[in-house]
Amino acid sequence: MEELSWGSIIARMFIQLGPVWISLIVLFTLSFTYKRRLGLYGKLFDSTIGMIGFGLVMFWVFVGIFGGPLDMLVTHDPLSQVSGMKNKVPGTPMRGVEEGEYAYFLLGGDNLARDVFSRLIKGAWIVVQIAPIATLFAFMVGITLGLPAGYYGGRLDTFLSFLANLILAFPVILLFYLLVTPEIVLTGIPNYMALFLFIFPLIFMCILLNSRYYTQPKIRTPLLIGVLGGLGWLYLSLVSTDGAVVATPTYSIPGIPGFLDLFDIDPGILVVFVSVVFVNSPTVFRIVRGLAMDIKTRDYVAAAQTRGEGPWYIMLWEILPNARGPLIVDFCLRIGYTTILLGTLGFFGLGLASESPDWGSTINAGRRLLALYPHAAIAPAVALLTLVLGLNLLADGLREESLRD
Amino acid sequence: MLLTALCLTFIVFWLTNLYPNLEKLAKTQGNFRMSDEAVASYLDKNGYLQPLPVKFGQWIGVLPGWIHEEEGVVTGRCFAADTPEPDRPRFCGVLQGDWGVSTVFKDEVGTIVATRLGLTGKLMFAVMLVMVPMALIVGVLAGMREGSKLDRSLSTFSIASTATPEYVSGVIFIAVFASSAFGLKWFKGSATSAMENATFENFTLPVLTISLYGMGYIARMTRASMTEVMTAQYIRTARLKGVKFSDIVLKHALRNALIAPFTVIMLQFPWLLNGVVIVETLFNYKGFGWLLVQAASNNDIELLLAVSVVSVFVVLVTQLISDIGYVYLNPRIRIA
Repeated sequence: MEELSWGSIIARMFIQLGPVWISLIVLFTLSFTYKRRLGLYGKLFDSTIGMIGFGLVMFWVFVGIFGGPLDMLVTHDPLSQVSGMKNKVPGTPMRGVEEGEYAYFLLGGDNLARDVFSRLIKGAWIVVQIAPIATLFAFMVGITLGLPAGYYGGRLDTFLSFLANLILAFPVILLFYLLVTPEIVLTGIPNYMALFLFIFPLIFMCILLNSRYYTQPKIRTPLLIGVLGGLGWLYLSLVSTDGAVVATPTYSIPGIPGFLDLFDIDPGILVVFVSVVFVNSPTVFRIVRGLAMDIKTRDYVAAAQTRGEGPWYIMLWEILPNARGPLIVDFCLRIGYTTILLGTLGFFGLGLASESPDWGSTINAGRRLLALYPHAAIAPAVALLTLVLGLNLLADGLREESLRD
Repeated sequence: MLLTALCLTFIVFWLTNLYPNLEKLAKTQGNFRMSDEAVASYLDKNGYLQPLPVKFGQWIGVLPGWIHEEEGVVTGRCFAADTPEPDRPRFCGVLQGDWGVSTVFKDEVGTIVATRLGLTGKLMFAVMLVMVPMALIVGVLAGMREGSKLDRSLSTFSIASTATPEYVSGVIFIAVFASSAFGLKWFKGSATSAMENATFENFTLPVLTISLYGMGYIARMTRASMTEVMTAQYIRTARLKGVKFSDIVLKHALRNALIAPFTVIMLQFPWLLNGVVIVETLFNYKGFGWLLVQAASNNDIELLLAVSVVSVFVVLVTQLISDIGYVYLNPRIRIA
């Protein structure tokens, strides 16, 4: 068999990504048809930039979902090494193809003779999973601490701002190098940080519902029990592994037993996740604090105070909804930034296992042979670039559209 | 500010002095098959097993350095074994100007950091020289006619450049301009030779890579403040007076539009530090960022502390300068 030309490589990739195109077309037609009824999301389809950004982001989200849990788009196993495919250029046919196997390495092989195309798709799932969830957690921490800091001011504000500035003054890479090492994982510090950081969504939901319904105990009590029970279970499953919350060689703190544990997180991924949340939350804190300080001088806040509403009700149901515009825009930008951070971690070989197909690690593995075989590093580099670019364009579109009214 | 620096160094000190990290240090210094007892005795001999606050005090120089006596040989933190008794100082810490000894490079931390900082200084100077004028030009051109085609394309360009982290643009640059795959061998993919002798060939790619990431952000800020200035009353007056458009931009608008970007440029320094680490690793330029990676991956405690003190200092000083410079540039704040 002959090598494929660039035209047929692109055509074959296009066909291979078929489900993604179909979902994109369905999503866009549906959104276009109902765009007047969809609020801010619908307005996004009025701006070209926002639409391009949204398209790019959704492309990678669909690639991640179809390629990751559904296992559809990949042509080869991302970890298996195929003899004779080491550092081969894109479009090389496989030797000795068996029945039912894909005959080509569409984007070539890397320095361990694995298929670059399949690794790219598997890597998309890792990024699409971790980046938004980590950003969400950072927002929960930032909002829960930033609102009271901005609303009350005073000593609380001084103290929390000092802590935030402390973390912000740290060079990010130094912090990663100190936190994301196997030695630190041994000491259990990431577990303690996870315990601390992951409780914030729980606190947030609890205060949010309590402040809204505490005058109606009949609704509040069952609602709180249900929500707290569910979230608490998730929280405990998240932080505990093998029935222990913190397990070090010398001691361990027991968590929930293994049969109740819904899922386990690999300690390497946990430490990456925790440090990314840790780095992001002070910036969110500062933004939320600034917004709260600005909004608390408005008339409707004064009206709520006169009505006798509690401080948490005002913060969460008066101030927060009115700060949503800038927060949504920042959320998009921050997912992009988190993606960059994850790539940075991979680039320095921190945290994730070296055979992990995430884009940063792949760039790191490919950069040593960059002068001779650039394709193995370029494919994930371009992927990361397009995803972050899409998120930035989406944020720009959202900003424009939310400023318009 | 001093309190922040102190807190941060203490955190670094604490993290590097955790027992698994010390064990790793002992094993890299001795050999990898050391038994647990050998590790403990090595750490004890070198004063690593004292309580954390004591060690921190010694490093700062407010507590006397440790002295260890074994089989008649006296070793200590502040002197080598062959120093005669009267010459042995009691205190040796940062306050005394002694930054300690690097365990990886077997050299004084002070001199290592100084030489590496010099090299990075050279890189940063070149970056500033490229980045700031380019960013300002792009920002001003985009901002002078809001909504025009030029504005649209330049804005997209600056968004694209902020979306490209250094390790992505660096990889693409090397692949396109320095590899054999595309056949354009214009530049070199490694900047090791640029440490002694920086030429156009070996220095362009690293400088370009760092500048590109920072540039987009400054350009967007400049554009925002330029569009704001262009809608001001005095610009309209100037236009009605019949002043040429180029004169309006250069003489009336530019100076007022540059106040906001100045703060942004100063606050970019800490971000540039990040970029420096990535680019120096990618292009193998042995500067400050490379030093950070070396110190951190080998758990070289005293070197790492010095590196973090310097970088935290850079961050805090730039914040201070941007505050002062903002007041200085903006007469409304200065006079009020």
